[in-house]
Amino acid sequence: MTDRRLRVVLVDDHVMVRSGVRAEIGDAVDIVGEAGDVDEAVAVILRTRPDVVLLDVHLPGGDGRAVLDRCVEQVPDTRFLALSVSDAPDDVVAVVRGGARGYVTKTITGAELIEAVQRIADGDAVFSPRLAGFVLDAFAGGSAEDDEELDRLTPREREVMRLIARGYTYREVASELVLSVKTVETHVSAVLRKLQLSDRHELAKWASARRLI
Amino acid sequence: MTPSRATRPGRGRVVGGVARGLADHLGLPVWLVRVAFVVLALAGGIGLVLYAAFWAVLPLARDEDDDAAADSDAARGTDLTRLLALAALVLGVGLLLLAFGVDVLGGAVVPVVVALVGAALVWQQADADQRSEWSATAARAARQTAGSTAQAGRWRVVAGVGLVVLGLIGVLVSRSGPAAAAQALATAVLLVGGAALVVFPWVYRRWREQAEQRRALIRSEERADIAAHVHDSVLQTLTLIQRSAADPREVTRLARTEERALRSWLYAPEGDPTRTFAARLQRDAADVESAYGATLEVVTVGDAPIDASVSALLAATREAMVNAARHGGGSASVYAEVGSDDVEVFVRDRGPGFDPASVPADRHGLRESVVGRMERAGGSADVKSTIGTGTEVRLRIARDAGAPDD
Repeated sequence: MTDRRLRVVLVDDHVMVRSGVRAEIGDAVDIVGEAGDVDEAVAVILRTRPDVVLLDVHLPGGDGRAVLDRCVEQVPDTRFLALSVSDAPDDVVAVVRGGARGYVTKTITGAELIEAVQRIADGDAVFSPRLAGFVLDAFAGGSAEDDEELDRLTPREREVMRLIARGYTYREVASELVLSVKTVETHVSAVLRKLQLSDRHELAKWASARRLI
Repeated sequence: MTPSRATRPGRGRVVGGVARGLADHLGLPVWLVRVAFVVLALAGGIGLVLYAAFWAVLPLARDEDDDAAADSDAARGTDLTRLLALAALVLGVGLLLLAFGVDVLGGAVVPVVVALVGAALVWQQADADQRSEWSATAARAARQTAGSTAQAGRWRVVAGVGLVVLGLIGVLVSRSGPAAAAQALATAVLLVGGAALVVFPWVYRRWREQAEQRRALIRSEERADIAAHVHDSVLQTLTLIQRSAADPREVTRLARTEERALRSWLYAPEGDPTRTFAARLQRDAADVESAYGATLEVVTVGDAPIDASVSALLAATREAMVNAARHGGGSASVYAEVGSDDVEVFVRDRGPGFDPASVPADRHGLRESVVGRMERAGGSADVKSTIGTGTEVRLRIARDAGAPDD
């Protein structure tokens, strides 16, 4: 954890949500900008170069994925955390594959969100139980002919994902598996990388399918 | 059922349903009407002309009770064979008459039959199109099948037109010899081509308009569907929330219930809660949430049909969720994983926790309803609780041997 206060940008098309999040985490981090649609978000992010962007999955003008596509390469030090009410795997997987380093639901408590922001800023990944469930679903039945290392979870990674899906915090996962928190974070980051880069059929399907309603 | 106006029913028909429609309308047996048509047809073709006229005039019956799409699909599979049987019958009667020296059609029996079969094919396809249009507006599901049946329908029309042309050429040739026939044919082609050139833009525009109207109808139905849903549930709930504004617990419960309803509607639940494990677990969790005002986050991986052992697991899970909702400090995580040979469920809360050793034996709660139930069903249950960090109930049961995946 750094001494310096983290600089955060909020991107959500609902003013109510932005002010709610600001009230919950504003004491712990510096909120340096807010945006309500894709163009505004890109402008604010490129101008302020924050440490962390809290990004809504659904935005007017192209969705969270569009913000990632237009920013990720230009602000390599900025990390993105998807914050969403959506339960649809295609929504969530699309932003993660677009470059977000984690996904949490809007029901998360203020303290948990602050912890997630700090973890993201340190370069680790943040998985909600639901995202862990999607990962386990997508990587289920890792058949023997999947030689590609990216297309399989190691037994350890699978254990970590299962505990996160059961609602364990990283610290609880670490003590359950007798590991350090740092090692748990390393496993989660490895899974994130697979989630972003693997060609597994389910992932590609979720990433490309867009719901119409 | 005696309709005030004669119609042609979609089922129980041989060619176009004319005979059945008339029989129903007049209260006569079908076979009588059919025989009448055949006799009239042999009397210089009057029956055929009448039949065609009735086919054009009588509207197709709209079957309300049976599934029109499925019915017409089933009918389509057999209509070709029925037509062939009918053609063979007509041909046989014609040849019989010829053999007795009665030359009804001037020796052109075969070509005429071919042309009639072609015409019947085209007309039947028109009926099928109309029915599939009805079912498309009635049910969106028809969209999936529309593509392939439209393809088949097009081929049927092409085949029908081909047969008609072939038959007419045959009549020409048998009547006036090949040379004159070729000349007549050339004239006919010119005439038809000219007419097509004139009519084409108009027909094309009509067709485009119709397609556009259909799309608009589907869109507006979807919109009405959403509006009805929003009205029924969301507005109701908002009203209730305003009325109970003084009771934060109730407001949370209402909002949570509505959120869940909307969510399951938007992110279409896969599977039927009476038959598959994951859908049932979600529904049980929803029930427990609204009964106890707690929040349960449910994550499932994989799915299985509900059999005896899965059913026992679900019952125990429900008890564990009730326990977590009542004593777990307001929120709990539920994780279920269906493996290839077992199903596991974890219910974890962050309540005050308890010391399992200190729970009196007469307190049934977890011990009887969860652990006992699982053991009787041949599974296992394990309760882990630490004072201060919460409780986790782990349930496991083997899947029935030979149960198919998913």
